[in-house]
Amino acid sequence: MIVKNSKTLLSVEGLRASINGTEILKGIDLTVKSGEIHAIMGLNGSGKSTLAKVLAGHSAYEITGGTVRFEDKDLLELAPEDRARAGLFLAFQYPIEIPGVANTQFLRLAYNTIQAQRGKDELDPLEFDDFVREKMKLLDMNPDFLDRSVNEGFSGGEKKRNEILQMALLEPKLSILDEMDSGLDIDALKTVANGVNQIANKDNATILVTHYQRLLDYVVPDFVHIIQSGSIVMTGGKELALELETRGYDWVTANKQSIAGAVA
Amino acid sequence: MSAVLQSLVNQPYKHGFVTEIESDIAPKGLNEDTIRLISAKKNEPEWLLSFRLKAYQKWLTMTEPEWQNVHYPKIDFQAISYYSAPKPKKKLASMDEVDPELLRTFEKLGVPMHERAALAGVAVDVIFDSVSVATTYKQKLAEVGIIFCSISEAVHTHPELIQKYLGTVVPVGDNYFAALNSAVFTDGSFCFIPKGVKCPMDLSTYFRINTEGSGQFERTLIIAEEDAAVSYLEGCTAPRFDTNQLHAAVVELVALDNADIKYSTVQNWYAGDENGIGGIYNFVTKRGLAKGKNSRISWTQVETGSAITWKYPSCILRGDNSVGEFYSVAVTNNYQQADTGTKMIHLGKNTRSTIVSKGISAGHSNSSYRGLVRIAPTAESARNYSQCDSMLIGDQCGAHTFPYIQVHNNSAIVEHEASTSKIGEDQLFYFSQRGIDAEEAVSMIINGFCKDVFQQLPMEFAVEATKLLSFKLEGSVG
Ligand SMILES: Nc1ncnc2c1ncn2[C@@H]1O[C@H](COP(=O)(O)OP(=O)(O)OP(=O)(O)O)[C@@H](O)[C@H]1O
Ligand SMILES: [Mg+2]
Repeated sequence: MIVKNSKTLLSVEGLRASINGTEILKGIDLTVKSGEIHAIMGLNGSGKSTLAKVLAGHSAYEITGGTVRFEDKDLLELAPEDRARAGLFLAFQYPIEIPGVANTQFLRLAYNTIQAQRGKDELDPLEFDDFVREKMKLLDMNPDFLDRSVNEGFSGGEKKRNEILQMALLEPKLSILDEMDSGLDIDALKTVANGVNQIANKDNATILVTHYQRLLDYVVPDFVHIIQSGSIVMTGGKELALELETRGYDWVTANKQSIAGAVA
Repeated sequence: MSAVLQSLVNQPYKHGFVTEIESDIAPKGLNEDTIRLISAKKNEPEWLLSFRLKAYQKWLTMTEPEWQNVHYPKIDFQAISYYSAPKPKKKLASMDEVDPELLRTFEKLGVPMHERAALAGVAVDVIFDSVSVATTYKQKLAEVGIIFCSISEAVHTHPELIQKYLGTVVPVGDNYFAALNSAVFTDGSFCFIPKGVKCPMDLSTYFRINTEGSGQFERTLIIAEEDAAVSYLEGCTAPRFDTNQLHAAVVELVALDNADIKYSTVQNWYAGDENGIGGIYNFVTKRGLAKGKNSRISWTQVETGSAITWKYPSCILRGDNSVGEFYSVAVTNNYQQADTGTKMIHLGKNTRSTIVSKGISAGHSNSSYRGLVRIAPTAESARNYSQCDSMLIGDQCGAHTFPYIQVHNNSAIVEHEASTSKIGEDQLFYFSQRGIDAEEAVSMIINGFCKDVFQQLPMEFAVEATKLLSFKLEGSVG
C-alpha cells in the first residue's frame, strides 16, 4: 500500500556490481518506502538475484559504483549479519542446505539474535517451540520440519515455505523474496501469499522477484519494475505486469525509453 | 574461502603458561641407568624393574614407525629427560595441602578441582607432570571396593593386580612407542572395579605436561571384573612451549564377563603456533581387551590439540557377544597433523563393533582416518559398522581416509560409509543473512557434524567439548 508520510526504507542509486570481473549490475536506481510492495521482473540472467544478494551483502560481488541507504544507514558499509539485524531479509531463490543442523535450532538462533538486537527477550527452546509452531500453522507447515536438518532433502516448495517461515519469525523491515512462487503448487502459493500479506503492514516493505503475474494476483504490488541486463528499464503500477504478460519482453526492449520516460 | 574463514581459528592458546613448581628432573638421555634411576626413585619392586629393562631391550631392536601420514623432524631420544616430578614436601593428606601454585594452575585451566569434584561428583586423580599429587574421593570409592589411584601407588598397595594385568593388553614390544613407554613410564592412573560393582561416578584424570623438554610417559590400567561397569574421563591441556614435547602414553583396559568400560578423552594439548612452531607430539597406544563374554569397551575421543597426533584406540573382542565402540572427533588447524582411528579385532562369536569418526580440518592442517576391522576365522556372525566423515574448512587443508578391512569369516557383515563435506561460503552467507555471524555459524555446523560423537560423552564433558571446538576453530572462517 502507498502510505502518506511514509518514510524511505531503501534508496539505491546508480548501483553497479560485478563478479569475477564481469559487470552484472549496471546502474540500478530503486526507492522503496515503508508500506510498499514492489515487484521486480525480468528475463533469466538479467540480474534479479544478483541485486538481491548484493543488497544482502554477499561477499562474492564487488561493488563498483553507486550508493545504497537503508533507513539512516549506509548499507554497503555493513557486514551481512548487521544488515540482517538492521531488518533486511532475503528469501533465497535457492535456499541452502545445512546438514546436521536442526531446523529448530537454526530458527531459534536466528530469532534470538534479532530479538537481542531489538532489545527484546530471547526465547528458551520450550517457549520457542510453542511460538514457532503457531507461525507454522499460518503457513500450513508440518511441525516435523523442525527436527529435520535445515533445508536438507526439503522439496523445492518446502524450502520456499521454510524461507517464508523465517520471514514470519524475524519480522523484517524490508523483505526481498526471490522467486518465492517458483516450485509452489497453487494451494501452497495461496497459503504463502496469504502469509506474506499478513506480515505486510504500513511500517515494512516487500520486494517480490518473480516471473509470473499469477503471484501478483495474490500479493498485489504498488510498483512493478522490469530489469534488463543489470538495469531497471521500466517501472509502472500493477498493470505493467499484466501488460508484460500479454506483450512479452520484446515489447519492453522496443519501448523502454518512452515508457520509462512516461513513468518518471 | 573469504577473510571470515581465515580469521576464526587463530586465537592464542589459552592454556599457555608455565607453572613455577620445583621439579626434580633426571639428566637427559636414555640408557639402562636412566631406567634404574626411575625405578629406584619410585622404590619399585624387582619385577617391575625387569619389566622395564625387558621393554628397553625390545625398544633398542625396533625402529621408529614411518608408515603414518604425518611428518616431523627425527626425535632425539637422548635429548629428553625421562623423569620429572614436583618435589613433594611431605605426603598430602588433603586438597588443602596441595601446592597453591598448582591449584592456581588448575584455576587458569578452568579446572577448579575440589569444586569440580564436589559439584560434579567426579573424582579427579590429578597428574601433574608425571607424579600424582592429589587424589580425591578415594574413600568413597573404597567403600564399594573400587581402587582408583596412581599406578605407582598401586604397585605398592596392589602389586598382585599390577603384575597380573600390566602389559597383557599392550605387550612391552607391541610397537616402538609402547616399548619406550614400558621402559620409562613414570606414572599414570590405576583403576579396579571389582565383580558386580557399577562405579557410582565418572572417574576423571586431568593430565598436564609442565616441564619444558621432559618427555611424558603415562601409563594407565583399568580393570573391570565380571558384571562391573565404569566410565572414565581423561582430559588434557599443556602449557605453551616452543620446543616439541614427546608424549607416548599407554592405556590398557580389561573387561571381564559382562563388564562395561567407557573411556572418554578430551585432548587439548599445545598444538604449536599458527606457523606450526612448537606443540606436543602425541604418540599414544590405547587398547582395550573385551576378554569376557558380553563385555563392552567403548572409546570416545575429542582430539583438538597436539602438533602431531598418532593414536588408534583399539578393541580386541575376544569374548563371545562382546562389543567394541569407537567414537571420535579429531580437529586439526594451522599446521597440525593427525593420523588417528581405531582397530577392531573380532575374535569371538557374535562380536559387534561400531566406528564413528568425524575429522575436521582447517588452515593448512592434515587429518587422516586409519582404521582396521579384522574378522578372525573364529568370529562367527561378527558385525561391524563404520562411518567416517570429513569436513574441510578452507581450501588449504586435507582429509584422508585409510580403511583396512580383513574378513576371514564368511558370516561377517561389514559396512563402511564415508563422506567429505565443506563449509561453503554460501552456507555462511545463509547464516549471516539471518543475523548469525560466521563464528556462531561454524560452531553450529561443526556441532551438528559431531553430534553422533558428542552424544556419547558424559554431559559436562560434552559441554566442554563443544566450547573447545568453537574455540579451536575461531578465526578459521571468514
Ligand atoms: N560467478 C559468475 N561469473 C560470471 N557470471 C556470473 C557469475 N554468477 C552469476 N553470473 C551471471 O550473472 C547474471 C545474472 O544472474 P542472476 O542470478 O542475477 O539472474 P536472475 O535475473 O536472477 O535470473 P533467473 O531469473 O534465472 O533467476 C547471469 O548471466 C549469470 O550467469
Ligand atoms: Mg534469480
